[in-house]
Amino acid sequence: MAPTKTHTGSDKLKIDFAGIKSPNPYWLASAPPTNTGYQVMRAFEAGWGGAVWKTLGEPIVNVSSRYGAVNYKNIRMMGLNNIELITDRSLEENLKEMKEVKERFPDHALIASMMFETKEEWHDCIARCEDIGVDGFELNYGCPHGMCERGMGSAVGQNPDVAEKITSWVMEKATKPVIVKLTPNITDITAAGLAAQRGGANAVSLINTINSVTNINLDTMAPSPAVDGMSSHGGYCGPAVKPIALNMVSELYNHPDFKLPISGIGGIETWRDAAEFMLMGASSVQVCTAVMHYGFRIVEDMITGMDDYLVQHNKNHVSELTGISAQKITRWEKLDLNYKVIASIDAEKCIGCQLCYIACEDGAHQSIALQANTRVPLIKDDTCVGCNLCSLVCPVDECISMVHIDEGKPKLTWPEHPANRHSVAGGLSR
Amino acid sequence: MSNNTLLSPPPAAQLKEKFAKIKPRMTDNEAVIEASRCLFCHDAPCTIACPSDIDIPMFIRQISSQNPTGAAKTIFTQNILGKSCAYVCPTQMLCEGSCVYHGLNEQPIDIGRLQGYASDLAIDNDIRFFEKGKSTGKKVAVVGGGPAGLACAHELTRLGHDVTVFDANPVLGGLNTYGVAPYKLDNEGAKREADYIQKIGFEVKSGVKVVSGEPKENQIALSTLEKEYDAVFLGLGLGKSNKLGIPGEDVEGVIGAAEFIYKLREKEQKIPVGHNVVVVGAGNTAMDAAIESALLGANVVVVYRRGEADQSAYDFEVEHAKKAGVGFTYLASPTKIMGKKRVEALKCVRNELTKQQSENEKGKSKTMVRAVPNSDFLIPCDMVIMATGQEKFAEFCESIAGAELDNGKLKVNEQFQTGNPKFFAGGDCINGGKEVVNAVADGRDAARGIDKFLLGDR
Repeated sequence: MAPTKTHTGSDKLKIDFAGIKSPNPYWLASAPPTNTGYQVMRAFEAGWGGAVWKTLGEPIVNVSSRYGAVNYKNIRMMGLNNIELITDRSLEENLKEMKEVKERFPDHALIASMMFETKEEWHDCIARCEDIGVDGFELNYGCPHGMCERGMGSAVGQNPDVAEKITSWVMEKATKPVIVKLTPNITDITAAGLAAQRGGANAVSLINTINSVTNINLDTMAPSPAVDGMSSHGGYCGPAVKPIALNMVSELYNHPDFKLPISGIGGIETWRDAAEFMLMGASSVQVCTAVMHYGFRIVEDMITGMDDYLVQHNKNHVSELTGISAQKITRWEKLDLNYKVIASIDAEKCIGCQLCYIACEDGAHQSIALQANTRVPLIKDDTCVGCNLCSLVCPVDECISMVHIDEGKPKLTWPEHPANRHSVAGGLSR
Repeated sequence: MSNNTLLSPPPAAQLKEKFAKIKPRMTDNEAVIEASRCLFCHDAPCTIACPSDIDIPMFIRQISSQNPTGAAKTIFTQNILGKSCAYVCPTQMLCEGSCVYHGLNEQPIDIGRLQGYASDLAIDNDIRFFEKGKSTGKKVAVVGGGPAGLACAHELTRLGHDVTVFDANPVLGGLNTYGVAPYKLDNEGAKREADYIQKIGFEVKSGVKVVSGEPKENQIALSTLEKEYDAVFLGLGLGKSNKLGIPGEDVEGVIGAAEFIYKLREKEQKIPVGHNVVVVGAGNTAMDAAIESALLGANVVVVYRRGEADQSAYDFEVEHAKKAGVGFTYLASPTKIMGKKRVEALKCVRNELTKQQSENEKGKSKTMVRAVPNSDFLIPCDMVIMATGQEKFAEFCESIAGAELDNGKLKVNEQFQTGNPKFFAGGDCINGGKEVVNAVADGRDAARGIDKFLLGDR
C-alpha cells in the first residue's frame, strides 16, 4: 500500500524526540484511542504526528462500565477517570495492525507501550515489535488501577529500584529509543525520573493518571464508574489534571541531574495547552481525553495554532519553546518580597456583577469597596495586597488588571528579610 | 349581523398550537445548563429589579446544584405567586432586563423560565414550605382573590390569622385566571397555583361579591366585613373597561378589552371573534386583546391616537403583536362607531402632534394631540375592542369612612393602610394597574402591615 500523505503542519513542528522522528509533537497517548490500527490510521489521517499504542501485555479482561467523569457547571468531562486495563487483544493481533499502520504511515511515529512481568516477556515483545518496525517503546510504569494489584503499572513506578531494574532489562534488548512513563501517584516525581535515567532510558513521559474517585451517585450511593453497584479507584485525567502535570514536568526538567527529554501528558486539549507543556520542559506531548471527548480532528487546531504561535514569537522551531517557562519556576524564598502589584478596575469594561467585591470581602483582604450611585467597585489601594483573586473571579476579559507599583525598593527575599528570625540580617528577636 | 357570521374559533388542536405557551417549561437538563450560566452576582441587579425581592441568584444556584425544591422555597419565601410571575412578568423589563450579561452583549439569564421550572416542580408535586402560624385569634377579610389578595391571605395565614377571601368570580386567581394572556399562563396553571396557595389554610368564598350598598343574593356588604373582621384587605383590581364616549358605543360588536379577555379566558379561547377587529388603544392590555384576536383568525388593526413612540405597551409586546400579524394605525382617534345593529365600521380622524407649552407645568413642553380638520376615514370592521384603560372602584372605595382616593386609586401609607385604619389595600386598586408582581409584593407587605396593626411589633 502506498504511504498516505497527511497534513501534519509546517517543518517547524517536526521533532526528533530522543531519536524518535515525528512530523509534529502531537502524539496520541497509550489509551483507548490507540486500541486498534483502524483508530491510529484515522488519527494519522487527521494529522497526529505519532501514537503510543495501547499497552501491550498479557491480554486482560475488562469490566463494564469503565469511565467516570467530573462535570463542572456546563462543562462535561472536565476530568475523566477510568478503570480500564491494558490491551484486551492478543499480541499477534496488535502487531499485525501496528505493521499495517507503519507501512501506510512510515513517517509517523509509532511507539509500542508495554507492560510485562518477567524479563523474558519484555525481551520477547521488544524483539517482535522491532521486527515490525516500531519507532520506539514506552514502558508503562504508571497505570494506577488493576494492573498495579498484579505488581505492574504504578506498582513499578512507585518503587524507583524496581523501575530502574526493569528499565535496565529493557535496555539490554531494545535498539529503538525507550521512554519510561511515570506515575504521578508518588511524593517526589524526580526520584522516579532519575531511576528511569539510571536504568538507561532514553526519555520519560508524564504524567500517567492520578488515583481518583470521580463522583458518587447520590441516589444509589454507588461511586462511579459502577460495576454492578461497586467501583474501584480509577486513573484521573483530562483538563483537571493539567496543573499537576505541568508542575511535575517542570520539577523534572529543572532537576540538575535529570537530562532526558520529556513527553508531556495531562489534560492537553489545544495548542495552548501543548505550548504550556513545552514551555515547562516537554519536547513532545501526548493527548488522550480530549480525543475521547471530541475525536481526532482537534489536532487541526493544535497544528495551525502552534504554527501561528511560533511565528508570533519569532521561533524557528517548536523545540525552541522547551523549558523557557520552567526556568521561571524557582523556590519561593527566591521571590522578591518588595515587588508590588495592586488591582485596578477598568470602569468602562465593568459590568457591575460585584463578584470582585464579595470575593475580596469574604475571601481575601477586604480591599474593595462598593460605591454609591454606581455598581463599579473601588479598589482600596492602601490595603490591596495584590493577591489576584478579584482579577480571577472577574467574568470580563481585561477588566481587572494587576498593576505594578514601583516603590523604588531593592529586591528583598525571605532569607534576607528582617522579619525572618533566621535571616542573614539577624531577624527579629523573639 | 348576528353572531353566526363571526369567525368560529379554530379546532381544538389548532387552538392549542396557536395559544402554546411562549415560555414553555424547561426540562431538568435545560434548567441546569441555563442556571449554570449565572454569575451569582453580589447584591444582584436582578433581585434589585424584582418588585417582590426574590433572591434570584440563590434560587438559580439551587437549580444548578439540582436542588429545585430549595429553589422553589427561595422563590416562594418572597413571592408565593412565583409561578405566575415567572410566566406573566415582563422579565425583559425587570430581572432579565438588568442582568449584567447585557454588559457583555450576552443573552441574559432566562430567569423567568428558571423560576417557572422550580415553581412548577414544587406545585405539581405539592411540596409545601409554609404552614398556618400559631393562631392569633384575629380574623381578617380579604376582598378579591387575585394576586394581591392571594399573597395577602397566604402571608396573613402564615402569621397565624384566620383569613377569609371573598372573590366575586367562580374561579380563584383574579387577573391570573381571567385577565392575563393564555399563552403566558393558562387556566389550568392559574388554578393549580391558586389551589396550592390556598392549601396553607385560609377560607375562600368564591362567587361572593362584596358590595358597598345593600347586598343581594351571593353578595355581602362591606359594612358586614368591617363589623365581623378585625381588619379588611382590599385587593380589588380594576373594574370595567373605560368607554370612549363616542356615538355608537352601544351597538353589538363593541366590547371592552377586559371583558373580551375575561370571556376568552372563561371559555378557554373557544370564542368567536370578528373577521376584522379594531383594537382602540396601545397599552399592554390592548396588545393582549389584539394578539388573542389575531390568533383566533381575525384581521386586527390597533388604532392609537398618538405615535409609535408614545404607546405604553412594552416593545416586546408590540413585537409579539406584529409577529401575530396585527396592523397599527397611529395618530388616529375614533369619532364614531358606524353600524345599525352591529358595528360595521369605525370612523376615525387623523391626528397631529404639536409641541406646546403646558400651562400648568412651567418650562415643561408636552406634545398635544390635535385633530386634523377634514381627515375623517373609515375602518370597516365587525368588532371593536376598547382598550383605553379600566374603571376604578371609586364608588365602592368612597363608601369606606376615612378612606382617601387619588384619581380613583385608594391612598395607602407604608403599611398599605388606607385612611381608615381597619382597611388595607394593595395591587391595581392602589397603583391604577401595574404588574402581577407588584400586586403580590403589595399583598405580602400589606399582610405584615395588618399584623402590626393587630398585634403591634412582635
